[in-house]
Amino acid sequence: MASISLRNVIKRYGSGKTELQVIHGVNAEITNGEFIVIVGPSGCGKSTLLRMVAGLEEVSGGDICIGERIVNELEPAERDIAMVFQNYALYPHMTVFDNMAYGLKIKKVPIAEIKQRVDKAAGILELGHLLERKPRELSGGQRQRVAMGRAIVRQPQVFLFDEPLSNLDAKLRAQTRLEIQKLHRELGITSLFVTHDQVEAMTLAERMIVMNAGNMEQFGTPEEVYSRPATTFVASFIGSPPMNLLKNAPGGKPGQILGVRPEHLDIGTEGWALHVDTVELLGAERLVHARLGDEKLIIRTHEDQGAPVVGSTIHAQPRLDRLHWFDAATGKRV
Amino acid sequence: MIEKRPGLTVLSHVVLILGVLIVGFPLYITFIGSTQTSEQIAQAFPMSLIPGNNMLETYRTALFGGETQAGSRIPAAAPMMWVSLVSALVITIGKIAISLLSAFAIVYFRFPMRNLVFWMIFVTLMLPVEVRIGPTYEVVANLGMLNTYAGLTVPLIASATATFLFRQFFLTVPDELVEAARMDGAGPMRFFKDVLLPLSKTSIAALFVIQFIYGWNQYLWPLLVTTDESMYPVVMGIKRLISGDSYTEWNVVMATAILAMLPPALVVIFMQRWFVKGLVDTEK
Amino acid sequence: MEKRVRFKSSWLPWALIAPQMAIVLVFFFWPAAQALYQSLLTQDPFGLSTEFVGLENFRRLWADDTYLASFTTTAVFSLLVAVIGLSIALLLAVYADRVLKGSGVYKTLLIWPYAVAPVVAGVLWLFMFASPMGVVAYYLRAVGIEWNHLLDADHAMTLIVAAAVWKQISYNFLFFLAGLQSIPKSLIEAAAIDGAGPWRRFWSIVFPLLSPTTFFLLVINIVYAFFDTFGIVDATTQGGPGKDTAILVYKVYYDGFKALDMGGSAAQSVVLMVVVITLTVIQFRFVEKKVQY
Repeated sequence: MASISLRNVIKRYGSGKTELQVIHGVNAEITNGEFIVIVGPSGCGKSTLLRMVAGLEEVSGGDICIGERIVNELEPAERDIAMVFQNYALYPHMTVFDNMAYGLKIKKVPIAEIKQRVDKAAGILELGHLLERKPRELSGGQRQRVAMGRAIVRQPQVFLFDEPLSNLDAKLRAQTRLEIQKLHRELGITSLFVTHDQVEAMTLAERMIVMNAGNMEQFGTPEEVYSRPATTFVASFIGSPPMNLLKNAPGGKPGQILGVRPEHLDIGTEGWALHVDTVELLGAERLVHARLGDEKLIIRTHEDQGAPVVGSTIHAQPRLDRLHWFDAATGKRV
Repeated sequence: MIEKRPGLTVLSHVVLILGVLIVGFPLYITFIGSTQTSEQIAQAFPMSLIPGNNMLETYRTALFGGETQAGSRIPAAAPMMWVSLVSALVITIGKIAISLLSAFAIVYFRFPMRNLVFWMIFVTLMLPVEVRIGPTYEVVANLGMLNTYAGLTVPLIASATATFLFRQFFLTVPDELVEAARMDGAGPMRFFKDVLLPLSKTSIAALFVIQFIYGWNQYLWPLLVTTDESMYPVVMGIKRLISGDSYTEWNVVMATAILAMLPPALVVIFMQRWFVKGLVDTEK
Repeated sequence: MEKRVRFKSSWLPWALIAPQMAIVLVFFFWPAAQALYQSLLTQDPFGLSTEFVGLENFRRLWADDTYLASFTTTAVFSLLVAVIGLSIALLLAVYADRVLKGSGVYKTLLIWPYAVAPVVAGVLWLFMFASPMGVVAYYLRAVGIEWNHLLDADHAMTLIVAAAVWKQISYNFLFFLAGLQSIPKSLIEAAAIDGAGPWRRFWSIVFPLLSPTTFFLLVINIVYAFFDTFGIVDATTQGGPGKDTAILVYKVYYDGFKALDMGGSAAQSVVLMVVVITLTVIQFRFVEKKVQY
C-alpha cells in the first residue's frame, strides 16, 4: 500500500512544429488505501494519465510519486504496481493458473508460495474450478476476474484499472462493480480506476478526478462533485440526466450561467413558465423536456405526480438552495 | 514506452543495417561485375570492389548481342526480356481473369457439383508444376504448343492460388450489396462488373505483383518447352551464358542478371504496399 | 462460410468456370493421372514398347542408392534452408518491429530479393564463389579455407543453401513482421508490468504466440526447398559434385529429360506428389486450427 502524488504532471507528444500537449498539469495527492476514479469523456487524457503512472508512457513534465519515491524514470516492473487492462490482456497460450503465476515466477517466488497465493486469489474471485483452463474457454466476466486475480496475486502497492468494465454487458458490469468494491474493502490497496462512465465513478470512488481535454477540472468526493461542481463541464458530466445550464435564467446576472439539476425543479403553480415539448415515462419517474424561452431543460418528476400535457405551459420552481452559478466565459463556479 | 534504453535502439539499427548489407552484397557484386570487361574480371584476383568503366559497352553487348573480344557469341537479351515480359503478363492477366470468373461463380451461384468443382480447383494448390513436369510436357507437345507463348503460359495458369484468394475476399463482401443491386435491376454480370470488381481492386493489385514475379521468374518449365532461342525467357538466357566448357563472359552475365532482376524488382518496390498486404492475406 | 444470397441462372455459372476448369483438366488432372499411370510402366531401351510393371518402378527406386541419397540430400538441404532462413528472418523482423524511424526503408531494402528468380540467385552466388575471380572464394582462401564447390560436396551444399536462404529471407521476414505486429501491445505491456525483461518477454510471450506463423513458414520453406530451388541447383552445381547436391526435383528433371527414364521419373514425381500433399494437408489441418486465440 502506498500513497500516490501527481505533481503538475504534463504530457506532450511530438516535437517542434508538431508538438501537442495533451495533459496540462494535473495535481493530486492520493493517500494510502484510497480508491480513486479518473473519469472523463473519450480523449480527455485519463488513460494517458494512468499509463504514465504505470510507466507505459513517458512523463513530459512534473513528477509522479508512489510512496515516497519519484518514479518518473522507473520501468513498470520496478514500480511495484499491477494493472487490469480493458481487454484483459491475458496470455492466451497459458492456463489461468500460469497467467496468475507469471509475475511471481519472474520474481522467483518459491512454488509452494505461488500456489498458495494463486489459490487464495482464486478463492476470493471464485476462479478455483477454472485454474486449468485457457483464456479462450472463458466468458468475458471470467476473463475479467482472471485479470484481477493476476493483479491481486502480486500484492502490489498500487492497483491500476484501465476501463476494465467497458467490454462487459450491463448486468455483468453492475455485478462486477460490486465485486470490485468488496475486493477493495478486503484488501485496501491504493487504486486508480479509469472509466468514462460517470455511474461507475459515482459508485466506486472515494474521491474522483474529473478530466476534460487534458485538464483536471475537479478532484473531490462523489458528494462534492455532485453538489458543488467546480465547472460547467463537471456539472453537466456528472448526473443523469445532466444538470440544466441556462444562460438567460430569470434573476440571473449577465455573463453568468445558472445550473439546476432536473431533480431540483418542482412542477407546480409557481415559478418559471415553461413550454412542454416531450414527456418520457421511464417507469418510476418521468422526464419532462421543456423550454424556457429558447433554452431547453429537463425536469425529473415522480410517476405519480401526473403527466404534463405536451404543448402546454407549466410552471416549475427551482429549489433555491440547489442553484449553481458559473462564469459564462471560464465555466468556473462563482 | 517500455525500455527506453537508447542502447537497444542503436543495436536494432545496427542489426538491420547489417541485414540490409548482407542481403544487398550479392547485388553489389553483380553490379560491379557488370561494369567491367571480362578480361578485367578474369585477370583480377579477386575482382575489384569498385565499379569499372566498361558499363555502357557491357550492357550494350548484353542487350543487343554480338561478338566479344574472346570470340564468344552473345545472344541478345532484349528479345528474351520481351519474351519474359509477354509471358509474365499473359500468366498474370490470364490467371487473374479466369480466377475472378471462377471465384464469382463458386461464391455467388448454386449449381450441381459446385462443391466438387471447388475441391478440384483447390487440389491444384497442392501440386506445383515441378511435380508433374513429365506428363505435362507430353500434353503440351501433343497439342503442338512447344516453343509457343501458349505453351509457356497456359499450363502455369492451372493452379488455383488466385481463385482461392478471390473466393476468400468475395465471402467478406456484404450480402446487402447484392440485394441492393438486385433491387436496382442489375443482373449478375452487371453486379460483377460494377460492384464486385471495383471492390476487389486491392486484391487484384496484390495478385498482380505476385503472379508477375512468378511468371517472370519461371525457369524449369521454359527450359523444357522451348528449344528455339527466340522463345527463351531472360532467366533462361542467363544460365545459358554460363557454359562449363567455353569461356564465360562474366561481365555480360552480370549485366544480363541486372537486366533480368530489374522489372520484377521495380514492380515489387512500387507496388510494395499492395504486395505485402496481398501476400500476408493470401496465406492466412 | 456460405453466402445467403445467390444469383439464379442455369447456364451462367458453367460459362464462368469453364475457362478455369478446361485448363485445370487438360494441364493438371490429365498429366497428374498420366504421371500416376506412367509410374506403373517401363519402357524398353529403344522407347518402342511399354510394359505394365505394377509397383516395380517404386521398388527399384527404394533399392536405388542414389535415389535414397537424393532423399537424404533433399531432407538435409530443406532443413538447413528452413532453419537458417527462419532464424535470420525472425531476428531481422524483431528488430524491424522495434525500430520506429526508418522502418519503411528497411522493409523495402529487405524485401526486394523476393523479386529475384531462383536461377538468377544461383548465378549471383556462383559468381561470388567461382574460381578464380569469385570475391568470397578469394577471401575464404585468404583465411585458409580451400573453397572448391566443384569438388567438395560440403562446399557445394553450402553454396546452394546460401543462395536459397538469401532469396527466401524476404518472404519469411514479411510474414514474421506481420505476425509480430498482430500481437496485441497490451500483452507485452502486461508482461512488462509483471516484471518480465525483453529477453524473457520474447521467449515466454512473443515466440509462443508467433508459433502459427512459424509453423506455417516452416512448411512453406520446406516446400520451397523441395521445388522452387531447381533453378539454384541448375545454375550452380547441376546436382554435383557427382550427385551430391541432386535434390529430388533435380533428379526428376535429370532422369526424365536427360537420362530419358520416363518410368522412373514418373515414379519419382508420384513420390514428390505424396510429399507435397502430406505437407499441405498438415499445414491446413494444424495451422488453421492454431490460428484462433
